[in-house]
Amino acid sequence: MKITKLIKSGIKNLAINKMRTGLAVLGIVIGIGSVIALVSLGESSKKAVQSSIQSIGSNLLTVLPGFTFSGNVRGAMGGAQTLTNEDAEAIKTSSRITTVKSVSPEYSGRAQIIAGRNNTNTQVVGVEPVYAQVRKISLEKGSFLTSQHLTSMAKVAVLGPGVAEDLFGEGVDPVGQTIRINGKNFLVIGLTKSKGGMGMDNQDDRIIVPLTTAQKQLFGVKYLSSIALEAKSEAVMTQAQNEVGYLLLSRHKLTAVEDADFRIMSQEDILQAASAVTGTFTTLLTGIAAISLLVGGIGIMNIMLMSVTERTREIGLRKALGAKKKTIVYQFLTESIILTFTGGLIGIVLGIGGYYLYARANNAVFSLSFSSVFLAFFVSAGIGVLFGWYPARKAASLQPIEALRYE
Amino acid sequence: MAKSVINISRLSKIYKSDSLELKALDDISLNINQGEFVAIMGPSGSGKSTLMHILGALDLPTGGTYLLNGQNVGLLSDDQLADIRNKEIGFVFQAYNLLARTSAIENVILPLDYAGVPEPEQYERALAMLKKVGLADRLSHPPNKLSGGQQQRVAIARALVMNPSIILADEPTGNIASAQAEEIMAIFEQLNDDGHTIVMITHEPDIAEHAQRIIHLLDGKIVKDGNGHKRRIINGKAKE
Ligand SMILES: Nc1ncnc2c1ncn2[C@@H]1O[C@H](COP(=O)(O)OP(=O)(O)O)[C@@H](O)[C@H]1O
Ligand SMILES: [Mg+2]
Repeated sequence: MKITKLIKSGIKNLAINKMRTGLAVLGIVIGIGSVIALVSLGESSKKAVQSSIQSIGSNLLTVLPGFTFSGNVRGAMGGAQTLTNEDAEAIKTSSRITTVKSVSPEYSGRAQIIAGRNNTNTQVVGVEPVYAQVRKISLEKGSFLTSQHLTSMAKVAVLGPGVAEDLFGEGVDPVGQTIRINGKNFLVIGLTKSKGGMGMDNQDDRIIVPLTTAQKQLFGVKYLSSIALEAKSEAVMTQAQNEVGYLLLSRHKLTAVEDADFRIMSQEDILQAASAVTGTFTTLLTGIAAISLLVGGIGIMNIMLMSVTERTREIGLRKALGAKKKTIVYQFLTESIILTFTGGLIGIVLGIGGYYLYARANNAVFSLSFSSVFLAFFVSAGIGVLFGWYPARKAASLQPIEALRYE
Repeated sequence: MAKSVINISRLSKIYKSDSLELKALDDISLNINQGEFVAIMGPSGSGKSTLMHILGALDLPTGGTYLLNGQNVGLLSDDQLADIRNKEIGFVFQAYNLLARTSAIENVILPLDYAGVPEPEQYERALAMLKKVGLADRLSHPPNKLSGGQQQRVAIARALVMNPSIILADEPTGNIASAQAEEIMAIFEQLNDDGHTIVMITHEPDIAEHAQRIIHLLDGKIVKDGNGHKRRIINGKAKE
């Protein structure tokens, strides 16, 4: 039989029982649509976690002060004073360092901030101009720190959008305003773009000032709380880690790696730390997808099997009138394919549409997972075709009179 | 010598259910020649429909042989049986068995479609057949919009549309008024005059009298096989 004729008569037969056809299509639409919407939602949350970690920069290494040992007493991690401006300078200038592009020495501490009547307590980071490049900071308004600010120990500040909102209210341009940090007046010269981020490390809740100003005027310290390094490429990250590690060991007059009074963390390390979270997440997602596929599949199966009684009698009648087994099987196969593909396409459109609307309404990342669309479609379509075809084949193998008597 | 179209010997059909064995047909032998008009009578449950389904290649016997136009039906493939049902036999079911939600003409077209008749011709032949049974004005009615007699006539048109040499009818007048029953018998007599072999089940003696030969079944056995007289007197001479 010709394909076009099969399709034509398939559509004709499906149109005969609009209720049954409508229900079958609806079942498939719901099955496929919900799988796609659910899986995509999950994928986009996963992407959001990943991208917020990656937004910090993938060539980034962070040197943190480590444990200090005095006798058997272990100092607080991160509270150590083992990293100095000279260490940063040495990394910049040493001929042993070949794979580091930029070095950003940083000191950060919490401080009390006042602007007019508003008052907040937040992280103040003292940095050099290269910080913007290394930490991938871009400006919404105004300008970033310059080297003049650094040498003149200028009292200027660049605000994160979170702090700006706390101090000046939403949508107000803070550039040109004056704020008080630990009792000293600072001129706001810039406002950074929102980067997001989570919890304690929220980059939007920071105030950036020149490193010299932070160390000498605000906090009175001579050490650094971290040195951010930008490696020349992702490929040389390990080499950079080693070069910097050995340089600092020798500068700190240490020989054994285990004695190191600092730690060098890559983004990969941070990602690994977060992997406990993402791992659970991925498992959860896979579970949700599997369950929705199963539920959708069972729905489709039920609907295809539902009409089997009536259709078995129809098959008996058709055989009694001279239809060959093959003809019957082709007819039912064609009908199931038309049903599942129509339902599948509508389901895909609705699933993606629903997900798009959700993403728009919630400002979430809209990132379509094509593999999940394909998986959902082919699993559902496969189930639909299988359960349309298999009972039909079984019925077509019966003697016509047995099929006609089927109850 | 008249040609044999239906020849069964020692045919039996046993229905098995759990512990019970029911002999619906018990060692029946029977020959029907081309051009015969046979009525099968007998009380309810005597095996008439079972016999008819086997004659129509809709079911298989559990024992014995069935030669249809000289071919052993038991040896044919599923596809060959489908062809026989399509081209050689027109079957009129006791319960009409029309395809639901499908118009009268589409129902009549079904066998033509399975025979591979081209579409415009399908329509013409189905239309001609529906005209012949007096339903030219009910072409697009689905079964549930037709009376019992009309549904029976659609079923007859569907059985005749492939112009089969054998017509098998299971109580064709069972569920309809006697005036309509006479119309249907007139159609059958006309077909028989045209050379078709007809086997018809009925429980009404009046209707059976249209046949030349009346076979009585009881408990799956043939208990009487004799001449019907009325039609023999009227048409006996014209036929040989
Ligand atoms: N599919 C079946 N399964 C079991 N028993 C059946 C089946 N069909 C018919 N019978 C039995 O076979 C006998 C003959 O039935 P049937 O041929 O329909 O009789 P009739 O048409 O003469 O009324 C009855 O006793 C009936 O109950
Ligand atoms: Mg019966």
